Amino acid sequence: MKAPTLISLGLSAALALSSPLHAAEDPLKVGFVYVSPIGDAGWTYMHDRARKIVDKEFGDRVETTYVESVSEGSDSQRVIRNLSANGHDLIFTTSFGYMNPTLRVARQFPNVRYEHATGYKTAENVGNYQARAYQGRYLAGMAAGAMTETDTIGYVAGFPIPEVLRGINAFTLGVREVNPDASVSVSWINSWHDPAKERESAASLIRQDADVLTMHADSPAVVQAAQDEGVYGIGYNSNMKSYGPDAHLTSVMMHWEPIYQEKIQAVLNDSWEPESIWYGLSEGVVKMAPMHSDIPEAVVERINTHRDALINGDREVFQGPINNQDGEEIVAKGDALKDQQLLEINWYVEGIEGKLPN
Amino acid sequence: MSMDIIENILFATIRTGTPLLLVALGAMISERSGVLNLGQEGMILVGAVCAFIGAYTTDSLLIGVASGLASGALFSLIFAVIAISLVSSQIATGLALTIFGTGLSAFLGVDYVGLSIDGLDEQPIPLLHSIPLIGKAFFAQDLLVYGAFILFASIYYVMSRTRLGLIIRAVGEAPAVAHSMGYRVILVRYATVMFGGAMAGLGGAYLSLAYTPMWTEGMSAGRGWIALALVVFASWRTERVLIGAWLFAFASILHLVLQGFGYDISPNLLAMLPYLATIIALVMMMQRAGTAQLAPRSLGQPYYPQN
Amino acid sequence: MRIEARPTPSPTMRYLSPLLALGLTLITGAAIFSALGKAPLASLHAFFIEPVSTVYGLSELFVKVTPLLLCATGLTLCFRAKVWNIGAEGQFVFGALIAGAVSLQLADHQGFWVLPVVIASGVLAGMAWAGIAALLLTRFRAHEILTTIMLNYIAIQLLLWSVHGPLKSPSGYNFPESELFSPQTLLPTLWGQYRVTIAIFIALLMLAVVWTVLNRTLLGYQTRVMGENRQAARFAGFNGNRLIWVLLLFSGGMAGMAGVSEVNGPVGQLTTNLALGYGYTAIIIVFMGRMHPLGVLLASLLLGLTYLGGENAQMTLGLPKSITGVFQGLLLFFLLACDFLISHRIVLTPMRGHRPSNTSTREVTSS
Repeated sequence: MKAPTLISLGLSAALALSSPLHAAEDPLKVGFVYVSPIGDAGWTYMHDRARKIVDKEFGDRVETTYVESVSEGSDSQRVIRNLSANGHDLIFTTSFGYMNPTLRVARQFPNVRYEHATGYKTAENVGNYQARAYQGRYLAGMAAGAMTETDTIGYVAGFPIPEVLRGINAFTLGVREVNPDASVSVSWINSWHDPAKERESAASLIRQDADVLTMHADSPAVVQAAQDEGVYGIGYNSNMKSYGPDAHLTSVMMHWEPIYQEKIQAVLNDSWEPESIWYGLSEGVVKMAPMHSDIPEAVVERINTHRDALINGDREVFQGPINNQDGEEIVAKGDALKDQQLLEINWYVEGIEGKLPN
Repeated sequence: MSMDIIENILFATIRTGTPLLLVALGAMISERSGVLNLGQEGMILVGAVCAFIGAYTTDSLLIGVASGLASGALFSLIFAVIAISLVSSQIATGLALTIFGTGLSAFLGVDYVGLSIDGLDEQPIPLLHSIPLIGKAFFAQDLLVYGAFILFASIYYVMSRTRLGLIIRAVGEAPAVAHSMGYRVILVRYATVMFGGAMAGLGGAYLSLAYTPMWTEGMSAGRGWIALALVVFASWRTERVLIGAWLFAFASILHLVLQGFGYDISPNLLAMLPYLATIIALVMMMQRAGTAQLAPRSLGQPYYPQN
Repeated sequence: MRIEARPTPSPTMRYLSPLLALGLTLITGAAIFSALGKAPLASLHAFFIEPVSTVYGLSELFVKVTPLLLCATGLTLCFRAKVWNIGAEGQFVFGALIAGAVSLQLADHQGFWVLPVVIASGVLAGMAWAGIAALLLTRFRAHEILTTIMLNYIAIQLLLWSVHGPLKSPSGYNFPESELFSPQTLLPTLWGQYRVTIAIFIALLMLAVVWTVLNRTLLGYQTRVMGENRQAARFAGFNGNRLIWVLLLFSGGMAGMAGVSEVNGPVGQLTTNLALGYGYTAIIIVFMGRMHPLGVLLASLLLGLTYLGGENAQMTLGLPKSITGVFQGLLLFFLLACDFLISHRIVLTPMRGHRPSNTSTREVTSS
């Protein structure tokens, strides 16, 4: 019988747990709330990766906790509330749907600080943070534009929310920067996570002649499909090269650790403020995975030049002239879209095929 | 619309329809014997994760397929014991099986998330695959798709031409009568449930080995429920399950196809189509059937052995 | 050793079997937790005790239980008559959707009548959704198990379509969710900062009503008669179709109320994530509670607790979320399986050729 030994082992572990682990100063307790399982690629994976990095870096000074697969309905409010009541000092809620629950809990715990990802509301003890993923999308678009031979690029996307539209628009601007003849076809799958549908959607884009694919969804199925069908694919969130070693042009990677470092440090220093931060390439929150060796040296250089310009602020992704899909000028030469306009974006730039669903 | 596009849509339809076909054939057989197993989703997930683990650790797709099949059958044994032997409610047990399978598959697969394998490749059949229009759809698929065709043909034969098929139907229609004729009702139901589990496991294996060769949590994305609807849509007839699987598959990729042509129809409204169609089909069939029963008469009811 | 049917169901086992199931779950659970390198006792403590060791925790248990209990209360009556409504999920969603749409419409109206109108719209919507199944069953003899499953999916897609389309918040940056409801359309909470709303009282009240109906009224008698045999209604001299309508409308209304309790309670807006499977979980609860109002109450508390426990175990012990599903599955299997001991016993004798000839097990309901 194995069970008794296991139980006694467990008992001794329980005793070990109850003994005091830390002396002197209590560590800062930081909580993370995730919308999906952590997995090994995608949105939550990158948040958890960042959590591990800061956990290690701050050592004894910080203790992290996470709760995964928390649905965005009434459960999330309880989880955030419980983390708050459990002595957490700073809580990161990492999905859009947590915005209102976070605000409600925050009112009851004025001494706890909250940081909500991708939302737009703040409060006295609630800040929010976003990544300028669109900067990476723009660079990825340049790679796609250079590598397409059919001048058709496919984009598998979840839902038509501004975050996704910014990415599609920036990507298309990048494509047209190097290849004004190319166009981007978008396929909406109405799901963040349905690998089979993502794959089928990729296949349908390939049938429409697309020879470079990218996506805004949670699984690497599109990169995998690109590998299978012998076209190029561009990953998102994490480096997806392992899913398509030959197909993978690059990935737009989200590294949340600079934000987590900064916010945790701010709480430790007692200098935390509720702000809306939007970090990108400059802060190292958005990064590009190494480029495919098929991409000509000159193109890589050009991408790097643009990247440096974006980092230095010498140029912006959404700088004029930009036309919308119907060819009307939306941003004049010399202008650029403001952050507020980017937050609300609900139109396609020129070069995108198909209608924007409502 | 060019030939090429139709050919490709057909190809995608058959491929998308294959997991539905596999799962629904299995569910149909167990329902034919009077057992309604709402645990399809759980069985698919367990099959998918075990198939992936099998293929990954042994580097053999064959072993992967076999483990998907076997794990589905073994997993359904839980259902069989509780719902058949212990005469618990089939509905509650099936729902519990889905909850359990979703959790168990996530738990088993945690170390396998993010790993890649070389999935099943397409194996075009010489000559046949170049038939215009339908060649690609039917003769340039992977082995599991052909396997599904063969399974379909065998099940069609068994259900319509053999004594075994007759016994299964008798058990589903009137278990007490079947019992009095000397058939072992419990044994037959165990067999059909486990067959259903094996087919669901195979459907899962198709997802994790062929369609998207990887494991991610919840990758079945509701296909188990669609398969259950499909069995009703097909009014428990083998040949209609095949047609229905293709129709449902076509409906599920329809919005991708329409987007390709620049039409913008809400994918949510399109996603209702299979279910609406099933209700309408059910009503129409009931109208035509008159006073006859359409579903297996003892469907969902436990059987208490009499001696 | 062999298993044989008891001449009459055992009253002792009626009470013992759930305890046995719970014991088996705890032992299996402890074994799993220690195999994962977690302290088994601490894990079980985190699962079952810690979540409800504070007033807030208890209040949250009732938040979780409210929609489950509302759905389960309606289903209890249905299932007693063997009307297998699997559609509480869809009725919940449709109720929530309509109540939400009405709440948005009434955002600028004040007055005591606003909330009753919102509640009524949700309840009526739930009834309407169940009414479709009733129509299909009575008019076209389309099996309710099958039609209600289909209707669940249609309702969820309707919700998604509405939240992505007509009901999307104009100021919400195009995110698929509605405006927040105005305070006067929300169900009042019971006290302080806790989230329990008056809906829990509605649930408990309706549970008492169901108990009374079942035991004290003609309707309850008819329900039980039909549960024995659907054809029997005709011989007992009442209209079976009418009863089917009443039962389905009642359970649909309850599920619609559950939808209201969720959107006009803790959620406070329409989102794409309202369908969390409460309707399906409620089905399991009704069977676990053996279709008895008190059993249903206990079962919903127990199942609600495992959800909170799963969250808590993640937080305090770092147990993965998937364990919650495994653990819940085990609990359900054991509970369903152990009920077998009410109608059967294990006899330790050598296997013999013949079986007792009584057929009393036939009468045992399928609990």
